[in-house]
Amino acid sequence: MKNEQTQIIKQGIWSNNPALVQLLGLCPLLAVTGTLINGLVLGLATTFVLVGSNVTVSVLRHHIPQEIRIPVFVMLIASFVTNVQLLMNAFAYELYLILGIFIPLIVTNCVIIGRAEVFASRHSPLRSLIDGVSQGIGFTIVLVILGGAREIIGQGTILDGAHLLLGEWAKNLKVSFYLTEQKFLFAILPPGAFIGLGLLVALKNRLTSKN
Amino acid sequence: MSNLIYELRQASLKNGIILGLFALVSTGLIAAVYLITKDKIAQEVEASVARRLNEIVLKTEYDNDVYHDCKFVTNQDLLGSKEPQKVYRMRNKNRDYAIILSTVAPDGYAGKIKLIVGIYRDGSLAGVRVTEHKETPGLGDKIDREKSEWIEQFNKRSLKNSPAAMWKVKKDGGDFDALTGATITPRAIINAVYKALGYYQHHTDVLFNQDNPCQ
Repeated sequence: MKNEQTQIIKQGIWSNNPALVQLLGLCPLLAVTGTLINGLVLGLATTFVLVGSNVTVSVLRHHIPQEIRIPVFVMLIASFVTNVQLLMNAFAYELYLILGIFIPLIVTNCVIIGRAEVFASRHSPLRSLIDGVSQGIGFTIVLVILGGAREIIGQGTILDGAHLLLGEWAKNLKVSFYLTEQKFLFAILPPGAFIGLGLLVALKNRLTSKN
Repeated sequence: MSNLIYELRQASLKNGIILGLFALVSTGLIAAVYLITKDKIAQEVEASVARRLNEIVLKTEYDNDVYHDCKFVTNQDLLGSKEPQKVYRMRNKNRDYAIILSTVAPDGYAGKIKLIVGIYRDGSLAGVRVTEHKETPGLGDKIDREKSEWIEQFNKRSLKNSPAAMWKVKKDGGDFDALTGATITPRAIINAVYKALGYYQHHTDVLFNQDNPCQ
């Protein structure tokens, strides 16, 4: 049992990483990873929704007929995301101001429906929970690496905007490597994201094939 | 054969009903959460607008109780919405000093962008802030003062010192810097601020008059 859970965690973070292996959720991934902090925030929001939807789907899995499972999953996820957005807007307004614009992006994230279909609809709530957390962490790590790389190359800084997430003190965390009037647009715009992700996938494949 | 059709019909009926039930429950949940959070959200938005007033016009520049000196105006063409828009009035020793006018840019990249526009008595801009938007993270969201200084370009401009042709991004032949990777967002905001100034010019007296429903 223990072994099986470690396996699920390992798969989510490395051997079946949602961004590097399944190549899912590319729409928000490519759009948002202009800076490290943006990547981190989207990663955290996605993880949260992923865990929620995985557990819900897993609990209800015996009551959902096979033929209509996909529309049911879509409804569950859409309603989960909308409720999270409304609740955050009402009870965590400061956080909402930062995360709010990322939340609608999560509805379009195939990682979530993918895990609902492939994993949560076939496994117990506990395992689905572990799967949600590890897939979420795997996704977040890639977002952070890609966001960090694009931020360094594109605007010559790292941790820009950390204060939005962590409070005023974090303004000092921002490190500027070089200051340019003209940003390196190629890294900031979507083509940079595509190529950056391609390089990460290549690196991952390289590391895996060595073993 | 007819048996098969019958079975198929029964199965789709059953699935249809289950699907309908799920739809009912999920929309019901959203409706319930919406109703529970609606007032709280409106309060939070209101509070955040109020906090921002003093970012635009310093607290030391006026002496009235601004939160209780306001009114509502409606103008779909110039203020971008059918809904009444709130106006806060700032006065100094009983002389009109500035207003903070809420307005809407209806044509953002991802729907409406809500703004507050600070205008001094003489018609020059004290500043602009975005209060609500859904623009793309990393591109269009640079309109937030927290994320970049783009929005500061509006300060001190007026219809007098900036003729109509200047109220465009540089790419369109105007005088405003654009945002990298986002063209529609700046256009929408520049346009909305320009129209808000136009509204102010024609309704200055109405905006400042003593009629005050917020007391």
